[in-house]
Amino acid sequence: MISGAEIVIRCLQEEKVDCVFGYPGGSVLHIYDALFKQDQVKHILVRHEQAAVHAADAYSRSSQRVGVALVTSGPGVTNTVTGIATAYMDSIPMVVLTGQVPSFYIGQDAFQECDTVGITRPCVKHNFLVKDVKDLAITIKKAFHIASTGRPGPVVVDIPKDITAQMCEFDYPKTIQMRSYNPVVKGHLGQIKKAVQILQEAKRPIIYTGGGVILSDAAEQLTRLAHKLNFPVTNTLMGLGGYPATDKQFVGMLGMHGTFEANNAMHYADVILAIGARFDDRVIGNPEHFSEEKRRVIHIDIDPSSISKRVKVDVPIVGNVPDVLEEIMKLMDGGFKTDPELGNWWKQIDEWRGRESLRYKQSEHIMPQFVMEKLYEVTGGNAFVTSDVGQHQMFAAQYYKFDKPRRWINSGGLGTMGVGLPYGMGVLMANPDAQVACVTGEGSIQMCIQELSTCKQYGFPIKIINLNNGMLGMVRQWQEMFYSKRYSQSYVTSLPDFVKLAEAYGHVGMKIEKPEDVEPALRKAFTEHKNDLVFMDFIIDPGANVFPMVAAGKGLTEMILAEDL
Amino acid sequence: MLRHIISILIENESGALSRVAGLFSARGYNIESLTVAPTEDPSLSRMTILTSGSDEVLEQITKQLNKLVDVVKVVDLSEAAHVERELMLIKVRATGKDREEMKRMADIFRGRIIDVTESTYVIELTGASSKLDSFIAALDAGLILETVRTGVCGIGRGDRILKV
Repeated sequence: MISGAEIVIRCLQEEKVDCVFGYPGGSVLHIYDALFKQDQVKHILVRHEQAAVHAADAYSRSSQRVGVALVTSGPGVTNTVTGIATAYMDSIPMVVLTGQVPSFYIGQDAFQECDTVGITRPCVKHNFLVKDVKDLAITIKKAFHIASTGRPGPVVVDIPKDITAQMCEFDYPKTIQMRSYNPVVKGHLGQIKKAVQILQEAKRPIIYTGGGVILSDAAEQLTRLAHKLNFPVTNTLMGLGGYPATDKQFVGMLGMHGTFEANNAMHYADVILAIGARFDDRVIGNPEHFSEEKRRVIHIDIDPSSISKRVKVDVPIVGNVPDVLEEIMKLMDGGFKTDPELGNWWKQIDEWRGRESLRYKQSEHIMPQFVMEKLYEVTGGNAFVTSDVGQHQMFAAQYYKFDKPRRWINSGGLGTMGVGLPYGMGVLMANPDAQVACVTGEGSIQMCIQELSTCKQYGFPIKIINLNNGMLGMVRQWQEMFYSKRYSQSYVTSLPDFVKLAEAYGHVGMKIEKPEDVEPALRKAFTEHKNDLVFMDFIIDPGANVFPMVAAGKGLTEMILAEDL
Repeated sequence: MLRHIISILIENESGALSRVAGLFSARGYNIESLTVAPTEDPSLSRMTILTSGSDEVLEQITKQLNKLVDVVKVVDLSEAAHVERELMLIKVRATGKDREEMKRMADIFRGRIIDVTESTYVIELTGASSKLDSFIAALDAGLILETVRTGVCGIGRGDRILKV
């Protein structure tokens, strides 16, 4: 017989969890005590519970493993909600263990009590309240199973304090059967045959892929299939790295800040092969405008509810992406010929490419795009890039060419400012030797700045690329373009001296103000200060905007280009 | 905007109802009525939701319900032959000449009077929702003291069986 707290730790060990991100408190003291008595599961002590969940989330995003966070009841839980919702929107597998007041106090407004299951319900894949120590091990097993299978997502397990003190036999189930949860894995062969036929007839095809390719580790299959088909490929923000950005068939990211060629190719395609993507508002713009063109859509996704949600799909294929792609290629081996008109389509795409929609004007100030290009050069394209949310996020997505999956770590769905720094911590726990660049702005970085302290404690050598324009850049851009330059609350005064701030936490700080200093500073950070956290405060052109841009409610082809202004 | 009756088999766990109700409110789907109770297998509950929406919305409702981890099976009963019933208890003023009239109306609609006082009746009426609506419409509104309806429950006809 062992205690409930020891059962929790044994379960984590059985799941081969090597680290958890957390913060102790009253309701989880038994669990922390059990954690203390072993060394298989490492604990990373964050400075705010939100960061624990973000770090666990990035641990998942940057590896194929499930991230784990551990927090106490009440405020510990409410602080995790932003992180859980962030992971939920991007379908990230994660298990969050939360302490709860003793079961006999539940409902009595006890100290640090909150309705964890109720508060987190709309932003989890599933959640549990453990009511009996005998259910503890199987519940944790279910949590890992549900988080990592089907369309992945975060799962919360709420554990009352008295349960962690009770004694019970430990028996960890090897497998789990749930009559109510059996996600489809294998695609329907008849549908796949139909898809292959349509691909063969396509005159203006495009392969449009999203986060599902990354999550299901299908980058290799996607690349092979795309090469076999010789079709253009575009990625969503969440899909970057799913297809090599330096490949000649890649037309760039699509959507609100997508390239001219990607958005036009998507709009005018006669066949769209959508893979692990969900046609969201930031991707297709105005759905009425999008549906003006006649086209056939093939959609491969593990989640049936993503299919025909916003765009009517002709051939739905529910299944695990790599398996379905293998099936398609197998069928293609039986004599597949692409349509001869494909050559003209490529000519059209090259003409669109000729607009060079990512070109930007240099100024006497540092241009943020230039910093991204230099970051790409200096890191050889091999860095894990975490980002916050705003203009800098779009610049990173547009100018850092991701050739590999799981290297671009950002909050796409929820758009959570403040994730960048804790994301860097999670990446480093899953990939200890990685080069990690956190691309951020002076607005976002201050939302989780306290984690500089965690980084010092554990020696996380994150390179913070702060694109500092003294403005909430994306808000300012919208105000400039759509609110007649009324810059309501988008100007940040009283910024800290970030160099001194970094130094106060025991890190290296740099301030870079001239374009010619950008590359040397980056080189110095990634070589001389390889093992240090370096906070690089780039003072950038405050007027720089992200282009192309599809304004909210506009159609994909109604882009505003930099050259239009 | 067609009327649909969705039947759900769901794990009889605490919080299961709030997952379904929360899904409907979060995604802006209609709930006109909802009934739930355990089945012959106490580990399962059967829920019936009366909703309305276009074909696209109904497709999303069934897909989203199926995605809930606790949901075992979902079927749109109104897609094929089915029977549906709703129970209503209605308390009416029954004095003077209205007393006889109320009794007669209850008989016409095959209702039963299950509680009698000097001045009131409680009438029990079962049937399709439209029949209950008609009964209410047939009474003098001023005589209705209180109504309570269970919401629709339904079952497929013949071989259409919703079971694990």
